Amino acid sequence: MFRLFGIRGGVHPEEHKHPTASRPIETLPLPERLCVPLAQHIGAPAEAVVKIGQRVLRGQLIGSGQGRVSAPVHAPASGKVVAVDDLPAPHPSGLPVLSVVIEPDGAQDDADHPVPSDPLAMAPEAIADFVSRAGIVGLGGAAFPSAVKLNLGLSGGAHTLIINGGECEPYLTCDDRLMRERAEAVIDGVRIMRHASGAEVALIGIEDNKPSAIEAMRQAAAGDDAVQVVAVPTRYPMGSEKQMVQALTGREIPAGKLSAQLGVVLHNVGTAYAVHRALRQGRPLVSRIVTVGGGAVREPRNFEVPIGTPLKALFDACGGFAETPDRVLMGGPMMGQWMPSLEVPVVKGTSGVIALTAAEVRKHPVQPCIRCSRCVEACPVGLLPLEMASRIRKSDYDAAGKLGLTDCIACGSCSWVCPSNIPLVHFFNFAKGELVARRAAEERTSGLRELAEKRQVRLEKEARIKAEKAAQRKRERQARAEAKAAAEREAKKQAREEQKQEEEA
Amino acid sequence: MYAAIIVLTVMGAGLGLGLGYAARVFRVEADPIVERIAAKLPGSQCGQCGYPGCAPAAEAIAKGEAAVTCCPPGGLVLAEQLAEIMGVELDRSAVRDADPGIAWVEESICIGCVKCLRVCPTDAIVGAPKMIHAVLPEACSGCTKCIDICPTEALRMRPIEVTLRTWRWHRPEGETRPEAAHV
Ligand code: SF4
Ligand code: SF4
Repeated sequence: MFRLFGIRGGVHPEEHKHPTASRPIETLPLPERLCVPLAQHIGAPAEAVVKIGQRVLRGQLIGSGQGRVSAPVHAPASGKVVAVDDLPAPHPSGLPVLSVVIEPDGAQDDADHPVPSDPLAMAPEAIADFVSRAGIVGLGGAAFPSAVKLNLGLSGGAHTLIINGGECEPYLTCDDRLMRERAEAVIDGVRIMRHASGAEVALIGIEDNKPSAIEAMRQAAAGDDAVQVVAVPTRYPMGSEKQMVQALTGREIPAGKLSAQLGVVLHNVGTAYAVHRALRQGRPLVSRIVTVGGGAVREPRNFEVPIGTPLKALFDACGGFAETPDRVLMGGPMMGQWMPSLEVPVVKGTSGVIALTAAEVRKHPVQPCIRCSRCVEACPVGLLPLEMASRIRKSDYDAAGKLGLTDCIACGSCSWVCPSNIPLVHFFNFAKGELVARRAAEERTSGLRELAEKRQVRLEKEARIKAEKAAQRKRERQARAEAKAAAEREAKKQAREEQKQEEEA
Repeated sequence: MYAAIIVLTVMGAGLGLGLGYAARVFRVEADPIVERIAAKLPGSQCGQCGYPGCAPAAEAIAKGEAAVTCCPPGGLVLAEQLAEIMGVELDRSAVRDADPGIAWVEESICIGCVKCLRVCPTDAIVGAPKMIHAVLPEACSGCTKCIDICPTEALRMRPIEVTLRTWRWHRPEGETRPEAAHV
């Protein structure tokens, strides 16, 4: 039996998973419009390569990746490009993001993407290249370009590939359903990724509240020693990178380090499925499975959705709202982001959209901290949330930084347990932004100082050149004057001599 | 008696040597405070502090004549750094709104007079005589010198735009922020 390692902290929020866990994944009818943002991943945004009015095929490249950490974007359906414009992003700010708007024509003609005959016989670098061109990013939510991670594992000599099937957030069941219904495909993706990252073993960690998924995956992986399915205890935030790595390997990712530095690479089960689709079926990442849930939704369920589908279409397909939601989140209720409207689209990193009722949203007045230290017990990273928050209250962000603020994974466990309802994780998100803003401001100031100094140097140089030129002109003037005077003297002398000669004559 | 003399002499010599050695090894550099302050100031000589340039301002701050919050382009970050150098408590409410924005040229009325080019302390304005000028936003320090000199009021200030990359979480609601300024 596989030996599990203990993890620190964590909480047990109400799961709310069964309304969607028992229903098979359904396919969403094509919406009228798809808005596909060109920046759906961490890193540089993609650049649009299609024109308005152009017809695109499903899977055709519409945005090409820029730079090393970036990912291309493909058309989620065949149809006409009707706009390339700044549209509200699925982000709490609702700020605009450059997006390609496609009107599907329903034909679903696929762009031609040749597939390798045997991915497992390919060079690992070639697989990573394939994954990169298919626009695959981490589907667990972070949306980090997967090929970069695969390469990181390869160059760092990774020995273990961890596939994260934790899905510890309440309400979300998209990974659970995926593993139950398409285990063979997921395991195939895992095998390809293990080969691509150069790891000896692949460990698939699944929380033990998903027995059917564990069973299905075990069956699909049977007979392959290099791929092991491991049940991990159900405890939020088991699905976070640090916790999963610690539970499966017993090693803690040191502060400020990457898991790759421990010889471990971690990918989500959804990502493994996307890799399978890209290398076996030639299908770039143009759709994903999304849980539509929350108490406000009439009939919650999982959908396979083309990227770019507006959230409204998802809720409509579930029979609309049973009551007006208090807030709509993208992701789970613990770490999800508050959505500004229902018009924003599903993106590659969207694991779920949750419409919560007022009763589900805990809204109690904030009380003073009673120093009960429950937040300290709950923190999976071993931080002191109460101490950090008190520093941040006083705007002393550097002191909070010294207490380990940047190691906070923003899991929200501390806020969840706090009996005084202190919005601890909000404080930490805010202060992290403040630290980044400060660094940027400092860099800007020093950049400007350099520019000012350069200008000073330029002005001095110009003044010197001017002075030199003036001096030169003065010298020339003098020289000319002298020459003139000499010529005059000469002329006079000659005239005198001529006079003399005349007189003598 | 000799014993006492010897003991005291040895002790005196030993301690003296020890102190001398310590003074060398643990020597603390005299703090050139003015220089340290000058190194933090933006150096754009914009004069918004009321002094003719950054060096005189650094001297005034070091002497305690000017407040550590006197430099608007530096904002809260600079004020905090200066307060630390000076060892004073920072009154955050005294920091003026740190975001004067950046300059931009209304192209329809720019006459290409190159006056702004000459006053910009960071060479952020590009242009040539009788050509429309433009401001390089990354190089603009927001000192507003060009605004005052432009004969047609073609130069204007606008706030620095927030994008998805520069967006930050706001302070939790119901938690009052002790300082008014935002960096
Ligand atoms: S859980 Fe809340 S009340 Fe308890 S110590 Fe932490 S911040 Fe204070
Ligand atoms: S949000 Fe941060 S501080 Fe709070 S429990 Fe999670 S990791 Fe710890």
